[in-house]
Amino acid sequence: MKIYADNAATTNITPEILDVMIPCLTENYGNPSSIYTLGMNALRSIEKARAQCAKAIGAKTNEIYFTGCGTEADNWAVKETARRLRRTKGKTGVITTNFEHHAILHTCEALAKEGFEITYLPVDSEGYISAEDVKNALTDSTAIVTIMYANNEIGTILPIAEIGKVCREKGVVFHTDAVQAVGNVPINVVEQNIDMMSVSGHKIHAPKGVGFLYSKNGLTLDRFIHGGAQERGRRAGTENTAGIVALGEAITIACEGITERAAKVAVLRDKLIRELSKIPASRLNGGTSSRLPGNINMSFIGIEGESLLLNLDLTGISASSGSACTSGSLDPSHVLLALGLPHEIAHGSLRLSINEYNTEEEIDYIIETVPRVVAKIRAMSPLWEELTQGKSGWERFAPLLSPKE
Amino acid sequence: MLYSDIVMEHFANPRNVGELENADGIGEVGNAKCGDIMKMYLKIDNNVITDAKFKTFGCGAAIATSSMATDMVKGKPVSEALKLTNKAVVEALGGLPAQKLHCSVLAEQAIRSALSDYYTRQGIDPLPIVGEVGECAGCS
Repeated sequence: MKIYADNAATTNITPEILDVMIPCLTENYGNPSSIYTLGMNALRSIEKARAQCAKAIGAKTNEIYFTGCGTEADNWAVKETARRLRRTKGKTGVITTNFEHHAILHTCEALAKEGFEITYLPVDSEGYISAEDVKNALTDSTAIVTIMYANNEIGTILPIAEIGKVCREKGVVFHTDAVQAVGNVPINVVEQNIDMMSVSGHKIHAPKGVGFLYSKNGLTLDRFIHGGAQERGRRAGTENTAGIVALGEAITIACEGITERAAKVAVLRDKLIRELSKIPASRLNGGTSSRLPGNINMSFIGIEGESLLLNLDLTGISASSGSACTSGSLDPSHVLLALGLPHEIAHGSLRLSINEYNTEEEIDYIIETVPRVVAKIRAMSPLWEELTQGKSGWERFAPLLSPKE
Repeated sequence: MLYSDIVMEHFANPRNVGELENADGIGEVGNAKCGDIMKMYLKIDNNVITDAKFKTFGCGAAIATSSMATDMVKGKPVSEALKLTNKAVVEALGGLPAQKLHCSVLAEQAIRSALSDYYTRQGIDPLPIVGEVGECAGCS
């Protein structure tokens, strides 16, 4: 059986989305900046997609700027807003959290080298942060607050509307990376006090290589990519027509019937969490009070994440340990360390991210396979041996593990 | 990141997994913080390594290098095992991704650590023969 359970990394392009892409590649291939019919047709389809994206998040059409990916939108929003507000108002502060995606964390590190002061608000042991925490961190020199809508590794959903409210009261620009949230959580940028928001196409069944930045009207948005006059002079580069059209279609589908779909996926998620928690010395990472419907993140003590993933791959299951962007690096997940977990637990994590295309049969196969694979790896782990023999203080991990019957 | 076919084969079917009850030398290197721990057991008769086993906590490369390194010293005289380098393990595995090279160093050090233990048990100072047994540079 082949099971794809890494939908937070990327998703398949569905047939209905592929259908709207093909004509952009074969018939309406004109450059959208060209004046003849072929070009104008391409431009028309881009503007239709822009309207679809705006509608899906409660924005106005002229508040959507297409980008090459979610990461670009993050870089653009945070860097250019911070730089502009330092230039015009002398503001040098950037507030974020310590468990953002690297698209934000590394952007903030780059800004720190330019002299900005970055505040990394710590999340609690469940992976949440409150609007009060943000409010207390705001100062007169804060240029921008950037806090993710939902975490990519542990799926916790943050109180974005409340955070947006405290920022607005203080007159501070609020940006959110909503790459994981879009299509899983109902989003309305007006009701939720969001000034800027990043979205990626390939997490919601559009292809890789397209995303958008929402930037509220009235907010100055400086150019990030210089060149031609595309995207109303804000983002140069010939438009990825097929990708943009796919994104418009994908976000429309993703945001329709979101509640029913999320509820259906959450039932499978909860079954996985319930059953995998029966594995000895395991724990669920991230709280359950507000969590993405398809996110499961478990740690199995005494094993290392990569060997777990490679073994699961041998059984036909594609999963991840933390974020795909981190695989290949030697460090344990910064998100799990942000929860205060020791390395022994942070190293042995498994993220399963499911969606509406995963079947009950697949979930049962995962439930049957993971305990077997965990036992196999533990049998050859000297760390597990030490822990079970009580050599190196097994007790200290006990409070962090799921209670067993 | 790409693993070679040989690495994947050793990962999927690791050789020499387990413990040796009457081992003549046991070595352990690495730590949980760095994400890799290798424990190796050697059976040595008349200065020849007659059996080798390992237990490893770590990534795919850590398991594959443990498997390959134990295979490479099995049946060899101790003097030859002492010459085993991480480079030889990497070559035998058909290469390793750059960020995983430290696993091969750890495998080399695990063998040396077990040999060091062997000499100590014989009442011989291992330092002049085996040298310092270090951990991987990235794990300080």
